[in-house]
Amino acid sequence: MDGPLSDALVRSRRFFTKGTVSDDLRSLTKKGGREADDFYRDRWSHDKVVRSTHGVNCTGSCSWKVYVKDGIITWETQQTDYPSAGPDSPEYEPRGCPRGAAFSWYTYSPTRVRYPYVRGVLLEMFREAKSQHGGDPVLAWAHIVESPQRAKAYKSARGKGGLVRASWEEASEIVAAAHVHTIKKYGPDRVAGFSPIPAMSMVSHASGARFINLVGGSMLSFYDWYADLPVASPQVFGDQTDVPESGDWWNAGYLIMWGSNLPVTRTPDAHWMVEARYRGQKVVAVAPDYADNVKFADEWLPARPGTDAALAMAMGHVVLKEFFVDRDTPYFTEYVKTYTDLPHLVRLDEAADGTLTAGKFLTAADLAVTDEDEENAAFKTVLIDAVTDQPVVPNGSLGHRYGETGVGRWNLDLGDVDPRLSLLEGAEETVLVRMPRFDNPDGAAADLPRGVPARRVDGHLVTTVFDLLLAQYGVGRDGLPGEWAAGYDDAEAPYTPAWQEAITGVPASTAARIGREFAANAEESRGRSMIVMGAGTNHWFHSDTIYRAFLTLTNLTGCQGVNGGGWAHYVGQEKVRPITGYTQIANALDWNRPPRNMIQTAYWYLHTNQFRYDQFGADTLSATTGAGQLAGKSTADVIAQSARMGWMPSYPTFDRNPLDLSDDAANAGKPVSDYVVEQLKSGELDFAGEDPDAAQNYPRILSIWRANLLGSSGKGNEYFLKHLLGTDSSVRATETPEEHRPVDVTWRDEAPEGKLDLLMTIDFRQTSTTIFSDVVLPAATWYEKHDLNTTDMHPFVHSFNPAIAPPWQTRTDWDAWQTIAEKFSSLGATHLGVRKDVVAVPLTHDTPDAMANPHGVVRDWKKGECEPIPGVTMPKLVEVERDYGAVAEKMNALGPLVDTLGATTKGVTFELGEQVEYLRHKNGTVRGGVAADGRPSLKRDVDVCEAILTMSGTTNGHLATQGFKTLEKRTGVRLADLAEEHAGKQITFADTQGPPVPVITSPEWSGSETGGRRYSPFTINVERKKPWHTLTGRMHFYLDHDWMTELGEGLPVYRPPLNMAALFAEPALGNVSDGSGDQVEGLTVRYLTPHNKWSIHSEYQDNLFMLSLSRGGQNIWMSDRDAVKVGIRDNDWIEAVNRNGVVVARAIVSHRMPEGTVYMYHAQDRLIDVPIAETSGKRGGIHNSLTRLLVKPSHLIGGYAQLTYAFNYLGPTGNQRDEVTIIRKRSQDVEY
Amino acid sequence: MRVMAQMAMVMNLDKCIGCHTCSVTCKQAWTNRAGTEYIWFNNVETRPGLGYPRTYEDQERWKGGWELDKRGRMKLKAGGRFKNLMTIFSNPKLPSIGEYYEPWTYDYSTLTDAPAQEHTPVARPKSLISGKDMKIEWSANWDDDLGGSTETAHRDPMLAKIAEKVKFEFEQTFMFYLPRICEHCLNPSCAASCPSGAIYKREEDGIVLVDQDKCRGWRKCVSGCPYKKIYFNHRTGKAEKCTFCFPRIEVGLPTVCAETCVGRLRYIGLMLYDADKVLEAASTEDDQGLYEAQREVFLDPSDPEVIREAEKAGIARDWILAAQRSPIYALINTYKVALPLHPEYRTMPMVWYIPPLSPVVDVVQETGEDAEDKGNLFAAIDALRIPVEYLAELFTAGEVEPVDAVLKKLAAMRCYMRDINMGREPDASIPAAVGMSEEEMYDMYRLLAIAKYDERY
Repeated sequence: MDGPLSDALVRSRRFFTKGTVSDDLRSLTKKGGREADDFYRDRWSHDKVVRSTHGVNCTGSCSWKVYVKDGIITWETQQTDYPSAGPDSPEYEPRGCPRGAAFSWYTYSPTRVRYPYVRGVLLEMFREAKSQHGGDPVLAWAHIVESPQRAKAYKSARGKGGLVRASWEEASEIVAAAHVHTIKKYGPDRVAGFSPIPAMSMVSHASGARFINLVGGSMLSFYDWYADLPVASPQVFGDQTDVPESGDWWNAGYLIMWGSNLPVTRTPDAHWMVEARYRGQKVVAVAPDYADNVKFADEWLPARPGTDAALAMAMGHVVLKEFFVDRDTPYFTEYVKTYTDLPHLVRLDEAADGTLTAGKFLTAADLAVTDEDEENAAFKTVLIDAVTDQPVVPNGSLGHRYGETGVGRWNLDLGDVDPRLSLLEGAEETVLVRMPRFDNPDGAAADLPRGVPARRVDGHLVTTVFDLLLAQYGVGRDGLPGEWAAGYDDAEAPYTPAWQEAITGVPASTAARIGREFAANAEESRGRSMIVMGAGTNHWFHSDTIYRAFLTLTNLTGCQGVNGGGWAHYVGQEKVRPITGYTQIANALDWNRPPRNMIQTAYWYLHTNQFRYDQFGADTLSATTGAGQLAGKSTADVIAQSARMGWMPSYPTFDRNPLDLSDDAANAGKPVSDYVVEQLKSGELDFAGEDPDAAQNYPRILSIWRANLLGSSGKGNEYFLKHLLGTDSSVRATETPEEHRPVDVTWRDEAPEGKLDLLMTIDFRQTSTTIFSDVVLPAATWYEKHDLNTTDMHPFVHSFNPAIAPPWQTRTDWDAWQTIAEKFSSLGATHLGVRKDVVAVPLTHDTPDAMANPHGVVRDWKKGECEPIPGVTMPKLVEVERDYGAVAEKMNALGPLVDTLGATTKGVTFELGEQVEYLRHKNGTVRGGVAADGRPSLKRDVDVCEAILTMSGTTNGHLATQGFKTLEKRTGVRLADLAEEHAGKQITFADTQGPPVPVITSPEWSGSETGGRRYSPFTINVERKKPWHTLTGRMHFYLDHDWMTELGEGLPVYRPPLNMAALFAEPALGNVSDGSGDQVEGLTVRYLTPHNKWSIHSEYQDNLFMLSLSRGGQNIWMSDRDAVKVGIRDNDWIEAVNRNGVVVARAIVSHRMPEGTVYMYHAQDRLIDVPIAETSGKRGGIHNSLTRLLVKPSHLIGGYAQLTYAFNYLGPTGNQRDEVTIIRKRSQDVEY
Repeated sequence: MRVMAQMAMVMNLDKCIGCHTCSVTCKQAWTNRAGTEYIWFNNVETRPGLGYPRTYEDQERWKGGWELDKRGRMKLKAGGRFKNLMTIFSNPKLPSIGEYYEPWTYDYSTLTDAPAQEHTPVARPKSLISGKDMKIEWSANWDDDLGGSTETAHRDPMLAKIAEKVKFEFEQTFMFYLPRICEHCLNPSCAASCPSGAIYKREEDGIVLVDQDKCRGWRKCVSGCPYKKIYFNHRTGKAEKCTFCFPRIEVGLPTVCAETCVGRLRYIGLMLYDADKVLEAASTEDDQGLYEAQREVFLDPSDPEVIREAEKAGIARDWILAAQRSPIYALINTYKVALPLHPEYRTMPMVWYIPPLSPVVDVVQETGEDAEDKGNLFAAIDALRIPVEYLAELFTAGEVEPVDAVLKKLAAMRCYMRDINMGREPDASIPAAVGMSEEEMYDMYRLLAIAKYDERY
């Protein structure tokens, strides 16, 4: 060792310590006598561990252990007791991420909302008004909001501090009074509620939803609003979304992560991908930046943002050429004949100039020789049988789904029929068809002629979808006329590998090779190729076309309905596994039907007045092959048209209080339905959406719980602040020029500001929404209540449980809404009483409404194209009785309609008589009252959990079996055996308090867990030949609705990102301005808002642990190459400016970012370290200060086959990826 | 032979997703209290990057760990113990708080309490050291996901030796994550640096702890530890460090960081070693020989003589059985895929790492070959995004060969298993090419991929 003296010194340690100094004097070991370390032993000790989870919108659904000591929550770690995925597979343990691990910080943090708060100026006015009005809170509310001055006083103070403590009594009285007044004066559909993602905490979601639905208010959608809904899913599958659990990634032989950064956005599941590589799975990452997941990929394809469809189209080109045209691939051919629309016939339409375009599906109604009274003939598609060479109407299409003759025939069994995929063999003729294209960089429409084989069937010139698909993809065959790609290296012809290289930047050879490998793997493994697709590709304006290009790859190669294969879309969280029970409770279907469920994107597009800032018409998107159906219309006009035709919902519906409308009908002595039609025709009644800026048509009340609209999902944040709330904003845009203004929708010269009378939020922490709210109520956290949680990522249901009682004056959501309901009922009994309400209901998916519009032909009664017939050419009109004094009573009891009407999910109706009886005993029975005497109790949150579990097939084997038996009758195929192994199993809430419980295979979903297999969607469709819920009953490549044709999107197609320079006069991408003229100085870049590593939406971004592990505040990532152009260095303060608003943030400069694109990770909120912006002189904005809503007309289609509305199933998406911004360096001296 | 037992950990960096769950659960459990705000017993570093505290690997500056003197005798790099004692009141080799980061919070309560005002209320950052407003300039994880930065590259001690291999260009981007806890070394330089004799190794499991009663806060251990995994609690004035969660280990639970690792990449197990050989091994002349030298110290727990000696040393039967089924032993000695972190510090660290595979660069892509194909496999390894030299600087004192061997084994495993996955006949030549039998390769696959809870701990 190092010297005699020090040795001597160290050796002396031996005599003074109880431990052992090693002979070589290096180290001291010690056994026993270690009391000094008891500090750590004490620190570890705890009194109990409670199972709970996080009700956050991440899809994680992770079960956690919450540690409690001395009545204080100390920390959390993940549960590891998930049921096994089998001996030869990794497991689901542990599940959880750093965000979840940091959650307990909120419990006692200084951002916790501990008491009810009301903005001081409002509270003072309310107290004063109440005393002026004899203590009547409803009159007091009217006194404030009906006075423009008083209303302005508190509305303009929103978001500017001044919250004061109030009691629950007083705060809930204000909320209740506002509701009563609004319902009385404006109508119940002027009341809205927003709470997203029920799967993350079903009871908490259902709490307010049930109240809103009982009073007749509108619940706002979320899945489409978040742009998480892949519209391609209803288009292609006729399903909202159904995807494999993460454990099924393990089964894939080839995995492409496409715009999905698994380690960040699917943290607890990423290990399946990592581990599957060790099984020899090949992993490919398509990402514009070197994202966290790229580390794991065998190949990185850095496609430019928004160009993913070009890459996918080129891969599809290769697959079609090499696996379908150059040679036959038996597995693929058999698959597409049975499970896709490829062999089905499409009519070719001749234009005036003699050119042809793809038209409508040929149906049984078009055939000359057909059964005289063939039921639903227009919804039965046709194919050519190769054996007989004759047209055949196969089983399984929409026409068989309903009606007497379809019983037992709604299946995909082709019998002896061998569908002809192409008409080329022995073709009667070949014709040129104009195929639309949009690959010009500015997205401008064009078309090119490509040949298809055709024949005449009963006078109709037809070809197959397959032949059209080859034409679209540019895969030529001998003997066909038209312009074709000369080869893969033909850069001019869409959709070759060389063509995509110029667009995406991915080398042509790579694109071709990956496409080939994907298909080859699928061929060898019979469908085990998978694409994990994420928000990076799903949040674009044209995401539906991007996704359809992806789905072409999975569907051509036989990957859907196969474990380890197909699409794996993980954006948002749609999977409430016990969906049937949840829907009854949340929509209050046990008391009144139907609910008012609204498409949120259209709602805010109108009510935050974003429609007043459009600079282009809806027809900007039309194809050259279109018929001009959108010509001259603005987007607002299209929304109005969709609403009045009954395609999409619209609430507020009419420009009159629907309670008064019912009264008016009664006074006129007419059925309300007749009366409304009459009034509409005469023009005395209008749709509210046709004059959204009229005072009687505003939304008046918005209640938000479990959500942060203004800090997270609210695209066009500054427009919300200006028009909805009436407070300061940084909107910089100019209004729509006259030539682009709406024609059917009224334009008022003065845009209203402060439409909303009450913004109420229930939350446990301060957010960008709470600080703008008039009333903030303190919520219990996820460690302080009972609830249920499921996800699509794993097949288990598990529970929330209180580790501690709700502290301070916090209450659970269920409790808070009961409090409001009680106050409301006592005021409502006197002010409102019992009223009749007329609800306008859109044509609804999975019902015969899907057959309202044969061939998807647009018929607008307002234009005189047809008569307004409720339920056919316009919304259904249903009268609902509302007993406003009994709302609280109904909330707390399961109503009688479930006994009489049952519960319907995806077209399967479950009878619930036994289940209701069970719940009477399990939950106890309500005694007394006016409405609920004798009904099962829903008083406690646990009761609601029990009711949800009891009334769903996934958690109650009796119901799963019952539902399958019902479905067996219609389909004529065997299904009930899928639930047999659990026929007697019923999962109770107590079960979920133990280890996570596997769910039961049920007709509520399309996949099977039977026998402990991993869940993969559509396995029931493929293995049992149960049809998809589409027109053909198969997966669709082709969509023949008028508006799809108008947009040129009948087939998968590449459409570039919107060109914001052309549409909104933003500077061109890459432009560097010195600030001369009226331009802001700086660099113009694409602006993307991917999900953050350090938050889940705005949740956790304010968490001190997450802030300490990141950069501690709002930031924007940019490339080193861009930074140098405008003199920005890492951690400099910068501003991002566009017409929508202004953001102040610090720059993170990194070479892992692609040039020309910046990332402002999603929802960093407005609360943490955001200075005053130089550009606006106001507080810097949030990520959504730079975005705005843009609505794609095709998302508004309804009333036709799979393109029929259902809540969160179809609707315009709140996309936000096409935006651009200027990045400028600002003064480094910031002020707050 | 003097048999001792050591609790050890292996982290499979190839599986690390960089999520930092380990850091947060550890911090929540152990260091979320006054005086420890800046302390992360477990942290995760994005590499390339400066680490936490910044540039801790620059031992020419910080003088942590051991070195050999001219006569080949081991001494603390910070100077002999005598010098150590002499500089006890002015320690120049101590990273400042700025090298870690200045911890902060925000005036969150403003969001609720702000009076009516012109602007939206906002919570500003406040230093937890001074209580004053601050601009955030560095954090516990400032390098996160950068993959290195031209802003800091000139200070990066890891890059100094292989600068020509690393280019911070979009097309050449690479990164991986390095989670770190205390190494619980067999030859801990922290303990040797402590003037108070407060740092000791637990006799039964080798966990290194600071006696909180004896610690006098000299902070010599902070300097002495080359991994900078001893921290100074500025409230109590005592040194604190990762305890390997001994209150959990004692009752049969894995450490918090290991159990909560969602990447499922951490393994914990017992290693038996010959305590008499440690000094000799740590004194191995050639830095690049230290990896093998340390492996020589470990004892085969199935060797009858070792079992005999272990029993003699008072090691209980169940501990011997645990050592036999230790995943650590399998990964370090049987499959030889785990490597020590910076063996050249000569502390004989006991947290080892499986180096990460990484995507192949465009070179291989352009050949039009599939890197998964057997024929192309080893060419692909040579063209990895992460320069093997960088990994070698971390794990083998710069010697490329052992790292290369591990990566080839991982790649061969993927290739071998693909045949099985696709239902083809497995190809015995693949494991043979990396010196393994088919059974060995399959067992290694199960340990790395299936990795059940019971197998990891």
